[in-house]
Amino acid sequence: MTKALSISGLRKTYGNGFEALKGIDLEVEQGDFFALLGPNGAGKSTTLGIVSSLVNKSAGQVRIFGHDIETDAVNAKKSLGVVPQEFNFNQFEKVGDIVRTQGGYYGLPAKLVRERTDYYLRALGLWDKRDVASRMLSGGMKRRLMIARALIHEPKLLILDEPTAGVDIELRRSMWDFLQQINRQGTTIILTTHYLEEAESLCRNIAIIDRGQIMANKSKRDLLAELQRETFVLDLEGSFSFVPSIDGYPVELEGDHTLIVEVERGQGLNGLFEQLSAQNIRVASLRNKSNRLEELFVRLVEKNLG
Amino acid sequence: MRREIRRFLRIWMQTLLPPAITMSLYFVIFGNLIGSRIGDMDGFDYMQFIVPGLIMMSVITNSYGNVVSSFYGTKFQRNIEELLVSPIPPSVILLGYVAGGMCRGLMVGMIVTCLSLFFTDLTVHNPLVMVSVVLLTSVLFSLGGFINAVYANSFDDISIIPTFVLTPLTYLGGVFYSIQLLPEFWQQVSHLNPILYMVNTFRYGILGVSDVNVPMAFAIIVGFVAALYSYAYYLLRVGKGIRQ
Repeated sequence: MTKALSISGLRKTYGNGFEALKGIDLEVEQGDFFALLGPNGAGKSTTLGIVSSLVNKSAGQVRIFGHDIETDAVNAKKSLGVVPQEFNFNQFEKVGDIVRTQGGYYGLPAKLVRERTDYYLRALGLWDKRDVASRMLSGGMKRRLMIARALIHEPKLLILDEPTAGVDIELRRSMWDFLQQINRQGTTIILTTHYLEEAESLCRNIAIIDRGQIMANKSKRDLLAELQRETFVLDLEGSFSFVPSIDGYPVELEGDHTLIVEVERGQGLNGLFEQLSAQNIRVASLRNKSNRLEELFVRLVEKNLG
Repeated sequence: MRREIRRFLRIWMQTLLPPAITMSLYFVIFGNLIGSRIGDMDGFDYMQFIVPGLIMMSVITNSYGNVVSSFYGTKFQRNIEELLVSPIPPSVILLGYVAGGMCRGLMVGMIVTCLSLFFTDLTVHNPLVMVSVVLLTSVLFSLGGFINAVYANSFDDISIIPTFVLTPLTYLGGVFYSIQLLPEFWQQVSHLNPILYMVNTFRYGILGVSDVNVPMAFAIIVGFVAALYSYAYYLLRVGKGIRQ
């Protein structure tokens, strides 16, 4: 089956000599919910900029649903919707006009543009703001406006660069629901985010990019299986002035009633709890120190730095 | 194009009203007050003589100003990206901006023409020449505005060319006088000014008098349009100033 996105040997060297991409290869299946993760300056936005025709590539090939972005640009662009990181609409235009005008850029009939504009503005909670100048919107509304604008031509591939940056938790959850809904309806989604919890909740496949190179590219399940060690936080009942001795589990005491425990993959927690019980130490609650993807991400990036 | 028209109509207080007021002042001060002392020029009273030049000056400055400010604003706010990610070919993007510049330039030209009728009578000597030269001039300066906006990196950059190049060339392009009044040397220098050809060809279309050869003027204007269109298209295609 044709890939939703196929990137091969992609390189980008900026005018100042900075090599942002060092020949990356990446494929995204149709219908996927895919995360492209990486620290700041890793090459995420450059990659997505090239795919969106906003950045000129230095070498390599990019195909969107089989259409080369250079030799078959019209069909490639028709298949793609882009929600950039920065607000990039006319601050003086009205919300409805911004979405409708974008529909015109894709050559859609006026009636269809009106119907879709109404639909997406309602679906994204912007209907009441349709006649308001876009600069008057809150940050979260501006992000939703960019999503509505990107969907007006109902692209098969939707790219979102940090879509929930600066958005409150409740609104972020509602945006996740909306994105999951359009993904279920068949839209392939590629997401970059700094909220690794977001990637872990939404995405099926994940690539990690660092210093212009792909460090990992596999399913979320396979990626998390690589996690050799997890760190747990145990809130204890009562106060402790000493670190309990627990065989096989490196532990640290944080404050006087919080225990940080590292658990090797496959080791399980039963042995830990048995030893704690034997010492009459009662555990009030247990949680991961960071989410699993974040732990893996940090280790991969640190390894690359080393 | 619709977006461009909507833009300049939304801010008509900045785009349509000021040239109407400025040109009315020109008509009153230069045409009525000073013009009555100047007497005839090329067989017409001074007011009649300057009207075609003032109309053309309005078309030039407004066609240029519309595209330079609109395209630079689009770059500045980054909503040029809306166009770059869409399947619109560069030629259509360029034509959209040029059409927007033409609409504003010609609309202001019409307003100034209507205002001039309060001060003098106008008869059209050659409608075809008059219409074709005003259209070509409007295209030419819309393209010029586009190229200026591509290279502009700040709001200062979009006012340098209009202030230091366009305005002097327009004032020295025969708007207020016939170059026959100049010494031979300065007449020859004036022929290097492309705006002279546009103003005089337009004046020929209305009054039937001109300081330049009309067919040659058309050839020069068409040549400039072709050159600027090719260059503007090239800049847009390679993404100069808009794609990294």
